[in-house]
Amino acid sequence: MKPPAISPAFHDVSRQSQAVFRAIMQAMAQPGRTGLLDTGFETPAPLAPGAAAILLTLADFETPLWLDATLSASPATTDYLRFHTGASLVSDPQSAAFALIADAERAPPLTAFSQGTPDYPDRSTTLVFQVGSLDGQDWRLAGPGIKGETVFGVSPLPAGFMQQLQENNACAPLGVDVLFASQTRIAAIPRSTRIMEAR
Amino acid sequence: MRICAQATEAELTQALADFGAIPQVEDVRSPEEGLVMLRGRIGGDGAAFNAGEATVTRAVIRLEDGTLGYSYLLGRSRTKARLAAIIDALGQNEDRRAQLRTCLIEPVTQRRSAETKARNEETAATRVNFFTVVRGED
Amino acid sequence: MYVAVKGGEAAIEAAHKLLAKERRGDASVLELTTDQIREQLSLAVNRVMSEGSLYDPDLAALAIKQARGDLIEAIFLARAYRTTLPRFGYSEPANTSAMAIRRRISATYKDLPGGQVLGPTFDYTHRLLDPSLAGEGNFPAVEKTETGDAEVSPHVAALLNNEGLIEENLPQNPDADVSDLTRGALEFPADRDLRLQALARGDEGFLLALGYSTQLGFGRTHPFAGEIRMGEVEVSFVPEELGFEVPLGEVTLTECEMVTQFAGSADAAPQFTRGYGLVFGHSERKAMAMALVDRSLRTAEFGEDVVAPAQDAEFVLSHADNIQATGFVEHLKLPHYVDFQAELVLLRQLRAEWEAERGKTDGASPKEAAE
Repeated sequence: MKPPAISPAFHDVSRQSQAVFRAIMQAMAQPGRTGLLDTGFETPAPLAPGAAAILLTLADFETPLWLDATLSASPATTDYLRFHTGASLVSDPQSAAFALIADAERAPPLTAFSQGTPDYPDRSTTLVFQVGSLDGQDWRLAGPGIKGETVFGVSPLPAGFMQQLQENNACAPLGVDVLFASQTRIAAIPRSTRIMEAR
Repeated sequence: MRICAQATEAELTQALADFGAIPQVEDVRSPEEGLVMLRGRIGGDGAAFNAGEATVTRAVIRLEDGTLGYSYLLGRSRTKARLAAIIDALGQNEDRRAQLRTCLIEPVTQRRSAETKARNEETAATRVNFFTVVRGED
Repeated sequence: MYVAVKGGEAAIEAAHKLLAKERRGDASVLELTTDQIREQLSLAVNRVMSEGSLYDPDLAALAIKQARGDLIEAIFLARAYRTTLPRFGYSEPANTSAMAIRRRISATYKDLPGGQVLGPTFDYTHRLLDPSLAGEGNFPAVEKTETGDAEVSPHVAALLNNEGLIEENLPQNPDADVSDLTRGALEFPADRDLRLQALARGDEGFLLALGYSTQLGFGRTHPFAGEIRMGEVEVSFVPEELGFEVPLGEVTLTECEMVTQFAGSADAAPQFTRGYGLVFGHSERKAMAMALVDRSLRTAEFGEDVVAPAQDAEFVLSHADNIQATGFVEHLKLPHYVDFQAELVLLRQLRAEWEAERGKTDGASPKEAAE
């Protein structure tokens, strides 16, 4: 009757999730700037602690969660997320409040996810990319929360991702917001950010 | 799980003290306060509606042998939630369940039935026994 | 218009310290404990739970103490607290026919299966102040009557159903979404589930006045208290990770079903219709008022004309929440210096124009000017 062994997540839920929430908020407020995530816990592979911390903080039973093929093929991961967040796992990316992508190179296009509606642009999907590095210098970012321009880059990512982000920005206020999580760090590119190739 | 919901925190503490040696316990989900939206039915038997929320505290623990114990209880006692989760895990083993019967289930059931009896008797004393007063001729 | 005003921090801090002193009152009098409030002011605790829409007697008692007995302030505290907690989910609908009954009365039938029990009621008291309570209260020994197992007490409305004289509740569709006004904005037309949720957390005084208005002729429904019951009900919940029902514990609920006349229409035969109230704790007046207003708000459903305030869902539901109401009324205390300056400038201009106009017409109509 009981699910198999599930490893513990936050040991002090309210404080730790507040700290992670703060990190997410800072990342969204200052696109392209990286912040630290509280990740003092283990996660079942292929789920990484950084991305897990974000979902443990944001997802709950009212936020349908979409997982990419790599993650959904791991019962340990789906059990872990279902147990700790209470979120229902959905196969239709359009109905997801959050999406978690572990195999970033094979991520579906951003337009596969909910873009929100003109009355409720906040109803779009928030994507979390589990990536290796946040220290690239491929892009220049500009827009709200950025003084002038900032240089930023993520790897790995699918080919042509910058163009996808540009198109996403062009649709604002509709469109998705994208969070990137390495093992322990976070950065974001919300739909309001303009992206250009680095000089 | 029902017996833990009916027991007081003191009764759960006492039960575990009486239980004797308990396997090592690991917190899988530390006791956490939250809300459950309580529902009623329109007219008592119709469609559901949301009547209002209640505070609920939940916990999940794991015993050394890997058994998971769960609890969801009204109120905000983290201690009680954790105790109830331990008892839930212990109760999944046949032998330990027998032990829980004497140190938890019996005392709680006895207290509850004494309370229920007293309350029913007090309530029954306020029962209205109607009688009809005959008026007029015939 | 809202304009930030700075300053006053020291005054605010001093005011809050003074509030704490006033809350404590005369220090030579014993301090009230929250246990005492929970046990001895239990109906105030119940009101805070029902309108705070948060079942937790200890929290409600604390809120009452902190609010110095101002129940709307206490309700505000309960509402604020709930926003800090995560929601685990929705309970299974409480089964009120399985209630451990402590009070049950009907004004429509005297002989009911399960009987009528008065329970702890103010009804039939003489409303004479009892000086003995001003001292150390001695309460009389409680009477007891031997009784077997609790009798089954079916809902009274079911008794009328045999003859088909009362409307039936719609069969429940387990897949149907249940509206939740804590998750989405109140939109009109509002379905009955949403209306009942809003009424359950609505202000007792407001609903009482509206219910009263229907009795006095503003949207008459000629109600009878079909049944009022109060007692404990077990509530349970299905956690996502377990997939089976877990009992959470017992809550005290008050339920009221009003039975009201309906003359019938071209499509529907004359019958009795129903209004429903369900409230946390022992909150009888609120449950009755809720049932009256629930029935009034069903006016359109029965093809009746909306002619009275209690029948206007938008009016009732938009104004029933005392926290929204007190927020908007009390915000008038906050600095509106800039708004007021703007009005002042406008008024001076209007006055100047008016006086200039009057100067022109003075000669023509001296009488008007004198007024």
